Amino acid sequence: MKIAVLSGKGGTGKTLVSVNLAAAAKNSTYIDCDVEEPNGHLFFKPTDVVEEDVTVKIPEVDNELCNGCKKCVEFCRFNALAYTRDKLIVFDDICHSCGGCMMVCPVDALTEIDKSIGKVQMGKSEGVHVYTGILNPGQPSGIPIIQRLLEEGKSAEEDVILIDSPPGSACTVMETIKDTDYCILVAEPTVFGVHNLNMVYELVKLFNKPFGVVLNKSLEGENPAEQFCIERNINILGKIPFDNHLGTLNSNAEIAVRKSEKYKELFTTLLDTVKKEVHHETTINP
Amino acid sequence: MKIAMPVGKKDIATNVGTSFGRSPYFLVYDTETKESEFIENNAAMSSGGAGVKAAQTVIDSDAAVLLTPQCGENAANTLKSANIEIYKTTSKSIMESIDAYIAGELQTLDEIHDGFHDHGGH
Repeated sequence: MKIAVLSGKGGTGKTLVSVNLAAAAKNSTYIDCDVEEPNGHLFFKPTDVVEEDVTVKIPEVDNELCNGCKKCVEFCRFNALAYTRDKLIVFDDICHSCGGCMMVCPVDALTEIDKSIGKVQMGKSEGVHVYTGILNPGQPSGIPIIQRLLEEGKSAEEDVILIDSPPGSACTVMETIKDTDYCILVAEPTVFGVHNLNMVYELVKLFNKPFGVVLNKSLEGENPAEQFCIERNINILGKIPFDNHLGTLNSNAEIAVRKSEKYKELFTTLLDTVKKEVHHETTINP
Repeated sequence: MKIAMPVGKKDIATNVGTSFGRSPYFLVYDTETKESEFIENNAAMSSGGAGVKAAQTVIDSDAAVLLTPQCGENAANTLKSANIEIYKTTSKSIMESIDAYIAGELQTLDEIHDGFHDHGGH
C-alpha cells in the first residue's frame, strides 16, 4: 500500500509522521519526494547508499542550420528561447523539457542533449529502505526526480510504502499522490493551519483519493483543525501532542519510534488505523 | 536610431516603467524622425521567462538601445547577445530620459538583478 503524507505548508509534520510511520512498520519503504528540501534521510541516516544522476532533455542549437524563422521562439510557452538577430539562444534554467521546439523546427537545427537536474539516493536504515530525491538549486521543476523516485519505489518488496510529499498543493504534490492508495493530511491546530489543511483537502477530493487527517501539535482545548474535520465529517486518524520531549527528539534528528516507548505505541496505533482504512477503501473501491 | 523604454501606458507623457520584463508596453522612439511608437509587451502576463520574451520584443523592434531603471539577468543576456546597449534611467520622465541619453549623460546599467523568478510557484 502506498501512503502519501501531505500538508498545505512546510513545518507541519509531514516528515515526522512519514518517518515515524515507516519506522513503526519495521520493514517498509520510505520515499522522500520533497525534493527541494529532502530531510527524511537526516533521521534515517541510511547506509549502503547508492546514488544515481537524474537528467532531463534540453535543446541544443546548431546555429549553422538555424534559419531564424523563430517558430521555436513563438512555440515555447516558457520563453526559454530567443532569436537575437543572427543566432538562437537557449535558456537551460527556464526550459521545461517539453521537446516542442524540436518538433516545430523546420530545418532540424535543434537536437536533444542531457542536462543533470539532481539525483536520487537509495539506502537502508534497519528494516526501512530509504529513497531520497535531491533537486539541484535553480532548476525549474522537481517532477522528473519525483517520477524517478516513484519508479524506483515500484521495485519495493515491502507492503508499506510511505511517501513524504512536498508541501503545498502544486504540480509536484499532484505527481506525488497520483498513484497512491491513501493520503494522510497533517494539520496544525491554528486558524492558519486550517487554511493550509483546506488546500490539501481540496486537492485530495479533486483526485478522489481516500484520506484522513492527523492533528499534530495538539494542545488541550480548542483546535480549529479538529473543528474543520468534524464539520466536514473528515476522518481523524490520530493526534500527536504538542510535547517538548518529542520536539527535542525531532530536533536532534532522532526517530521518536526508535527512542521512546510512548511514541512507538502512538505511531504503531496510527499505522494500524491507516492500514485498516486502506484495506477498507480497497474493499469498497477495488 | 531607435531607443526602447518600458512604459506603463501608451502615452508619451507617462512615466518610465519601473521594471523591464513585465512592463505593459514599450515605447520605441526614433531619434531621426522623432516619432514614438508604442508596442505591447506580450510577456507582461507570462507565468515565467518574461524577461527573455520581452527582450525578444525589443530586439524585433530594431531598437539599438534600451533605457530602463532595472533589468533582469536573462533579459540582459538576451539583449547583449543582440548587441543592444542598456542604460540606466535617472529621471521618471520619458523625454528627459531620451534627452539625457542623447546628451551622453546616462550610465550603462551595471547592476543586473537575478530576476524575479518563480514567485507564484508551479
